[in-house]
Amino acid sequence: MSIWEYANPKKFIATTTPLVPWVMGISISCLVVGLVWGFFFTPDDFRQGSTVKIIYLHVPAALMAINAWFMMLIASLIWLVRRHHVSALAARAAAPIGMVMTVIALITGAIWGQPMWGTWWAWDPRLTSFLILFLFYLGYMALWEAIEDSDTAADLTSVLCLVGSVFAVLSRYAVQFWNQGLHQGTSVPVATGERSVSDVFFVPLLVCMVGFGLLFLALVLMRTATEVRARRIKALEARMR
Amino acid sequence: MFPDLGDYATEVLAAYGASIGLLVVIVLLSMRRSRKMRAQLDAVEARKDAASGK
Repeated sequence: MSIWEYANPKKFIATTTPLVPWVMGISISCLVVGLVWGFFFTPDDFRQGSTVKIIYLHVPAALMAINAWFMMLIASLIWLVRRHHVSALAARAAAPIGMVMTVIALITGAIWGQPMWGTWWAWDPRLTSFLILFLFYLGYMALWEAIEDSDTAADLTSVLCLVGSVFAVLSRYAVQFWNQGLHQGTSVPVATGERSVSDVFFVPLLVCMVGFGLLFLALVLMRTATEVRARRIKALEARMR
Repeated sequence: MFPDLGDYATEVLAAYGASIGLLVVIVLLSMRRSRKMRAQLDAVEARKDAASGK
């Protein structure tokens, strides 16, 4: 058995459709547990007060905003190299979810920044690269809508995705590239494993990150199946004309 | 039961309200479009079968 079997639209829908309610259910459970735990049962931070509770939304949303783009990048590369339609449609399906995650990260960041930094916004490297990533999401979605031929749209959006990946990388590593700006370092550095967040905050944060990750997965599977169906409708209607 | 959010109650509640609202919107929109496309595909396939005399 090969992973490329799932590039068959029928096989993809048959495999993923029964999975979606389970993944969605587990993700919502994780989100409820993580957010209730974080909101009601964690203490205030000695410097940030109760605003530390925003971490349970801000960090997972920012993480998924960047990871969604990387998922789109991998799917786009598969499209460019192997021409599997499901991968191009998966990238298309992920974009609105990634865009929503970016908006959540930007909004919660601004709301958190106001009391802590004294400003809603600063042209800080991480914030600026995140704003550009958001604009790339909008551009990517607009390009899909603007081009009639779906193969051409998939080609052009894949190239846009490759270019936008620079900003996805910058969003993640900006605080390490430039020692300036207001944004703190990464809360959960994957490479070193050294956390700047105490366990009392980290464990519910981890549950929220799992919840956001699974929610993204459930929505991508559901939306990819929807895109596959939309493509099939288009093909059938063209054949019947 | 409800935690004392002190001076930052507005900020914390606004962050939770906006984020949960956006998550609910993207889930509902995705589910609605999924249901719509399934129904549309069923209708088109039924029309195709009828046209081919199946």
